[in-house]
Amino acid sequence: MESRVNGNVKLVKRSKEEKKLLRKQLKASHTLLKHEAINTASLPTKTLVVANGGLGNGVSREQLQAVLKDSGCVETLLMPPNKPYAFVTYGSVEEARRCQVSLNGRQLQCQGQAVTLYLSFVENVGSESVACTELPPGLKVLEDFISSEEEAGLLEAIDWAPQTDTVTAQKALKHRRVKHYGYEFRYDNNNVDKDRPLPGGLPPFCDTVLERCLKENHIDVIPDQLTINQYEPGQGIPPHVDTHSAFEDTILSLSLGAKTVMDFRHPEGRSVAVVLPERSLLVMKGEGRYLWTHGITPRKFDVVPAGDGVSSGAVTSDPGDLTLSKRSTRTSFTFRRVRRTACDCAFPSACDSQRPPEVPSAPALPRDDGDASRLEAQFVHRVYEEISSHFSSTRHSPWPRVSHFLHSLPPGAVLADVGCGNGKYLAINPHLWAMGCDRSHNLVQICAQRGLQAFVSDALDVPLRSGVCDACISIAVIHHFSTQERRLAAVNELVRLLKPGGRALIYVWALEQEYRKQRSKYLKENSPGQEERDGPSAQMTQNNPDYSQEHAGTDEPSVQQSQPKLSVHTNRTVFNSQDLLVPWHLKGVAQKASETSTESKQSASGPVFHRYYHVFLEGELENLCGSVKNITIQSSYHDQGNWCVIVEKTLDL
Amino acid sequence: MKLLTHNMLTSHVKGVIKGYPLLIKATEVKVNEVEFKPEFVSRMIPKLEWKALVQAAEGLGQLNDLPNELVPDYEKNEEFLRKVHHVLMEVEVLEGCLQCPESGREFPISRGVPNMLLNEDES
Repeated sequence: MESRVNGNVKLVKRSKEEKKLLRKQLKASHTLLKHEAINTASLPTKTLVVANGGLGNGVSREQLQAVLKDSGCVETLLMPPNKPYAFVTYGSVEEARRCQVSLNGRQLQCQGQAVTLYLSFVENVGSESVACTELPPGLKVLEDFISSEEEAGLLEAIDWAPQTDTVTAQKALKHRRVKHYGYEFRYDNNNVDKDRPLPGGLPPFCDTVLERCLKENHIDVIPDQLTINQYEPGQGIPPHVDTHSAFEDTILSLSLGAKTVMDFRHPEGRSVAVVLPERSLLVMKGEGRYLWTHGITPRKFDVVPAGDGVSSGAVTSDPGDLTLSKRSTRTSFTFRRVRRTACDCAFPSACDSQRPPEVPSAPALPRDDGDASRLEAQFVHRVYEEISSHFSSTRHSPWPRVSHFLHSLPPGAVLADVGCGNGKYLAINPHLWAMGCDRSHNLVQICAQRGLQAFVSDALDVPLRSGVCDACISIAVIHHFSTQERRLAAVNELVRLLKPGGRALIYVWALEQEYRKQRSKYLKENSPGQEERDGPSAQMTQNNPDYSQEHAGTDEPSVQQSQPKLSVHTNRTVFNSQDLLVPWHLKGVAQKASETSTESKQSASGPVFHRYYHVFLEGELENLCGSVKNITIQSSYHDQGNWCVIVEKTLDL
Repeated sequence: MKLLTHNMLTSHVKGVIKGYPLLIKATEVKVNEVEFKPEFVSRMIPKLEWKALVQAAEGLGQLNDLPNELVPDYEKNEEFLRKVHHVLMEVEVLEGCLQCPESGREFPISRGVPNMLLNEDES
């Protein structure tokens, strides 16, 4: 490498740097391609993607514009929120080319650190879906609710010095400083001790503000609880809904010292970022208070509209009009009124007062096929549909022995994965023709988005020609059938698909979670966050009202008593019966697993779904297969808490 | 849904004796370039219902003079294998439905996914 023909050291060094630059560029393009589905173009175009030149890297619109305009006339500059890149479109290819040459590899000083820009041409810019930009219903942001003098007065009035008095309760939380007046807010149960008010009530320095709120009809009764939070740049508060049973409807929050961006999120996933300028008052009522979570992402910069006109309210997601705003110390006064009666809001799904009793009225074991299919429809099919996206996000690593089976198949073998879920086994062996099916539309759609062949169907009725498959797999499926007949029918259906000599691999969950003195992963991973199969320890928080209603009054009581109710399993513990309901704790997009502070408990109790399982006893799966015609059991084994068999189809009679 | 998958799909509506082949009624079809692997195509051919494949390709206007009868010694016939490859792997039905030839029951295809679920009284 070093001894080039002309021996010019400088030239060699430079070409090395160029190579390095090119490598970085390639890497950048690959990363983008992979994560953002951005296609870089090999020929120059009018548009460049500026890798590292994004709001997510701490590059502001103003700063980037300043260097881009040297190369020509910028038509548009798109800076998507929180992304490490931006897109610039010039009036001509020539200008874009000039920019690429002059800026590629250029360093910018941003917020105290150097970022290196890498530019590649792109054909077109993916237009991101524009999130809703209306404020959540019930929300108001009143700008300049107090004067600068009042702001200074309030900030001065807070005594952050360590105190021993009992008038206020002061805590140093992981994420911020906090002080309570009137009642102490308890972060362990997200509530207040209503019979233990703090002496002194609210401090007199709040009187003027509260009287103004009352006079302007933002509240109809003076609050009796105040929490003061102080956030340094980089600090935040996890998304939460203020406990319904703890506080009345209207919640006021006064921002002092600096602006911030508060993220509001609807349980269905849509979110709105709201700018809260200093001296503004946020009024939360109704849906915005009871249903939407609110939180402040811990970061040092916020993405805010670049235009002058708007200073408060919802941040639009228009990437052509966003820039960064540096955070500084913000103090908030949150005024609430302690609730004396149960909450009867119109949002029972988020209401702890209206939560159904702790123990669900579990269904009984099915007595006939109709019962069984209703049970499975509610406690298997419907649940997977509801939890599909969270479920899929926990299903990424294939079980090694299933992969081994797939790799043992000859090239060109036709494989059916019956109950394929998110399709994680369909692409393990690229030399197969693999098709998947599942009851859940949502899960099959995930397969299709991954370019896998999949269709929606029932495992008892797979719409494939008989004998078309060289192999079938049924991984964690047959334990969801609630009668022996249906489990047998499921095996028969797999066998029908096989050609003579074809093999099927079946996995079902085992009652024995400890085998040959080995505890399964399921039992070992008894800690939150590790949820390959299920959520953390069970806590019954949700009833199954549909089912109990469906059955109330239609069953004769004597019959119902004779059918034992299904018990609810406690996650990550041994099974104490074969037929049971296993809770799934749904995590929404709003709740990140990383947020483990005590405050996040308020949002952590997402809805719980129950899936029906029949866990298999040792030998039960072999017995089941033994009653199927035309198969022999090649092998059977226990694998991480599952019973597994490989069967081979003999003659097709 | 690729036509290779379609070639293996059948209808199981209650009472139907011959639910094969399913008639494709497509409203959106996509043709993607897929890497040609002659051995793979050769291995798939014996598993196909040839007439159903020709019928499906024809219905979608993707026949590209694929012969009505399977040619002998196809393993060495690259030109033929390429045609089969195109029909099996590159043509995808994104929207439309599959119709059971006997009962007329239609199974919708949405975003490339056939929904073959039957109602309780059909299975």
